[in-house]
Amino acid sequence: MINMVLLMLLLASVYAIIRLDRLLTAVLLTSLFSVLVASIFMVLDAVDVAFTEAAVGAGVSTIFFLAALAIVGRQCKPTPRRKIIAPLIVVSATGCVLLYASLDMPRFGEPLAPVHQHVAPRYLNDSAAEVGPPNIVTSVLASYRGYDTFGEVGVVFTAFIGVLMLLGAGTRRTSIEPPTPTGAPKESMRKKVVLKEVADLVIAPVLIFALYVQWHGDFGPGGGFQAGVIFASGIFLYALIYGIEPAQRLLPPRRLAYFPAIGLLLYAAVGIISMLRGGNFLNYSVLVNDPLHGQHYGILAIELGVGITVAAVMINIFFSFSERSL
Amino acid sequence: MFTALFNYWVVIVLMMAGLYIVMASGHLVKKIIGLNIFQTSVFILFISMGKVAGGTAPILKDGISVFSNPLPHVLILTAIVVGVATTALGLAIAVRIYEEYGTVEEDDIAEMDNHDQDLDIAEYQRIESGK
Repeated sequence: MINMVLLMLLLASVYAIIRLDRLLTAVLLTSLFSVLVASIFMVLDAVDVAFTEAAVGAGVSTIFFLAALAIVGRQCKPTPRRKIIAPLIVVSATGCVLLYASLDMPRFGEPLAPVHQHVAPRYLNDSAAEVGPPNIVTSVLASYRGYDTFGEVGVVFTAFIGVLMLLGAGTRRTSIEPPTPTGAPKESMRKKVVLKEVADLVIAPVLIFALYVQWHGDFGPGGGFQAGVIFASGIFLYALIYGIEPAQRLLPPRRLAYFPAIGLLLYAAVGIISMLRGGNFLNYSVLVNDPLHGQHYGILAIELGVGITVAAVMINIFFSFSERSL
Repeated sequence: MFTALFNYWVVIVLMMAGLYIVMASGHLVKKIIGLNIFQTSVFILFISMGKVAGGTAPILKDGISVFSNPLPHVLILTAIVVGVATTALGLAIAVRIYEEYGTVEEDDIAEMDNHDQDLDIAEYQRIESGK
């Protein structure tokens, strides 16, 4: 029931996003959209995913959109009427085909659906004995599907390299326009008493919470991906309130740019060490004599690698964008 | 039937809404917003499929025996973070296009490109006829 109400709200917010030509409002609505999606994930038992969506969708990606809008402008031209018809036809036709196909889907919540028959029973029944952590999502993410996660971290790293090549590392001071003489708007944020006081109160707990999520990911919802984005959003908050320069003094972009690679290499190193000890790549059971301890160390190490890469990538991208908009 | 497939139907509507924005809007940043909505609809599809009626979050605890499927959670959790990284890449391309063209409206960019091409052709013809 809650699920349905949330889904209806989702539809309403998407309708508004389609109609809006003021992009600033549209971006803020996508932030709301993400919070709704996170609530839906919560209702559907996906606590780890809800965590990630809340931090990424409502936090990090909104900041990236706002940073881009600060450069390209907030207004978009309304779609001319003649350009509405063709997309509408395509979308309606595709939608009808998909709706027809959805009739063959297993019913929602059906325990006998094919998706629950393949590898999931093994994860649910044996992960405690084979891998250890009570949080099965962490077991699957870090151990059973360690290769896959390694690839995903690689994709994040590659996207970061792409942004770096397009926008620069946020280290150079040459932008197209000179800095605004009246003082950047970010400077004036500090003078807003309520914003500053609340931010002062919140920043440290956010960073500590990120570390908690990082190290507690085996037992409760959490892990490197979530911790990375939460840590990054704490830094974003600091940069937004106090300005980019203090944040860059705290985390110099030139040095920070090494960290995505360090995280990825840490992940790979765990795999190589397990090979040197006679196991397969990323088989943590051989890391120490007791297989379960090996799994535990392996998971902690690769989650740390993931956390470092994700946090460093997000903060670096933020610096790259903000340098351009100054 | 209605409640059994409602999640999937909302997913389809969201997916089509995202696709519509990508096709109908000329503004590159708005297109990326559309792509994000499309992407999120796929996330909801996966998580909906992973739900087991009466199940709970897949964290082992004494006294609980029915769990939702952890596999879709893992796939989507990583996909969200990869998604924001690729979104940033898309936005970076939009920013570079803005710096080159002074606009991110598809039509204006196409017009400027065509104009440049016309100039090139005129230049080429002038050189050819001069030979």
